[in-house]
Amino acid sequence: MEILKPASAGTLESSDLMVTVEPGVNGVDLSLTSSVMNQYGRQIKKTVLETLDRLDVKNAKVTIVDKGALDCTIKARVECAVYRSCDMADKNIDWGGVIR
Amino acid sequence: MIPRPKPERFRLRRTMMFLSAQKPGLTKDAYIYGVDSIMLDLEDAVAENQKDAARFSLYHTLKTIDYGDTEVIVRINGLDTPHWQEDIRVCVAGGADGIRIAKCESKQDVLTVEKHVEAAEKEFGVEVGRTLLMAALESPKGILNAYEICAASPRMFGCAISGGDFRKCMQTKFTPSGIDMLTARGMMLIAARAAGVQCFDTVYTNLKDEEGYRAEVMQNKEMGFDGKSLINPKQIRLVHELFAPTEKEIVQAEKIVRAYREQSAAGVGVFTVDGKMIDIAFIPGAERTLKLARACGLYEGDLV
Repeated sequence: MEILKPASAGTLESSDLMVTVEPGVNGVDLSLTSSVMNQYGRQIKKTVLETLDRLDVKNAKVTIVDKGALDCTIKARVECAVYRSCDMADKNIDWGGVIR
Repeated sequence: MIPRPKPERFRLRRTMMFLSAQKPGLTKDAYIYGVDSIMLDLEDAVAENQKDAARFSLYHTLKTIDYGDTEVIVRINGLDTPHWQEDIRVCVAGGADGIRIAKCESKQDVLTVEKHVEAAEKEFGVEVGRTLLMAALESPKGILNAYEICAASPRMFGCAISGGDFRKCMQTKFTPSGIDMLTARGMMLIAARAAGVQCFDTVYTNLKDEEGYRAEVMQNKEMGFDGKSLINPKQIRLVHELFAPTEKEIVQAEKIVRAYREQSAAGVGVFTVDGKMIDIAFIPGAERTLKLARACGLYEGDLV
């Protein structure tokens, strides 16, 4: 998917995260801050990059502020932000296919 | 991926707790409370501009979090919104046990939802008929059509009244005695029993008023509700406590069922237990008491 316009998803509540995606060039530029950076920073980054890869996002600027979210929440927020940037978040989602 | 067992149409549902599907802090560990069912909400608890995000969260919650024996129901948006069709797709794809139809007003509403559920079951390779349905009755029309709603589909396991919307329609306010909703509760209960489905009361919203809450739960039990809708984990314990049969009721029920089996084997139809007349009409009630007692962990006998 191509990031067409800036979009975000999530909140700054505990166990959640705020994901912002913007159009980018030359790959994925990820900026991550987390309340559990020392313990889980690498794991969060891995989950984010895997999710973007699954959605076939090649170029994007991605900003994440994490408040201790589980992997399932990270996936959900990244997916929602990417789909919103393409105006595709509202219907006919490929549940169980690309979204898994 | 958590494969949930096939949902049971009739199971213990004393407590049904609402949680916003959009709040990971609430949904991530809701299995710890011992509530009978959780109600992941896509409707009123989710702001209009977050309906899409709530569905992504719901999908991964359903697929990732092991709720164990806690039943997982999803409240979808009303049929007068642009959201309900995608809501149904995500519920079925994620493997929710059941769907609560918000603002249900007619048999046709149930059939419309059922049609889309079946289409989604086929789309996502889910066994057709797996996904259960229940109806939220939130308007005078919903209450008046309660029987046809409850009897509309073999997927239907129950109905619940939604106090806030109903009082709004009736131009009434909450009263501690429940007089404002007495007729509606009664009509819904009769309809549910006539259709052979379960019946649940609305939420009690004042978390600080423990006495008022206790009185309402007691009235629910006396009126014959199967359970209550909740908004906070601290409301669970009282319902489980008050809905459980007392030791005296369990002993009495055991005596009745045992005596009935002995007497009917000997060709006797009516007899007395502790001076009270008993015939076949008392048996389903006594058996239900024992089943409820077993479900509450208070009965280990072999009569039911």
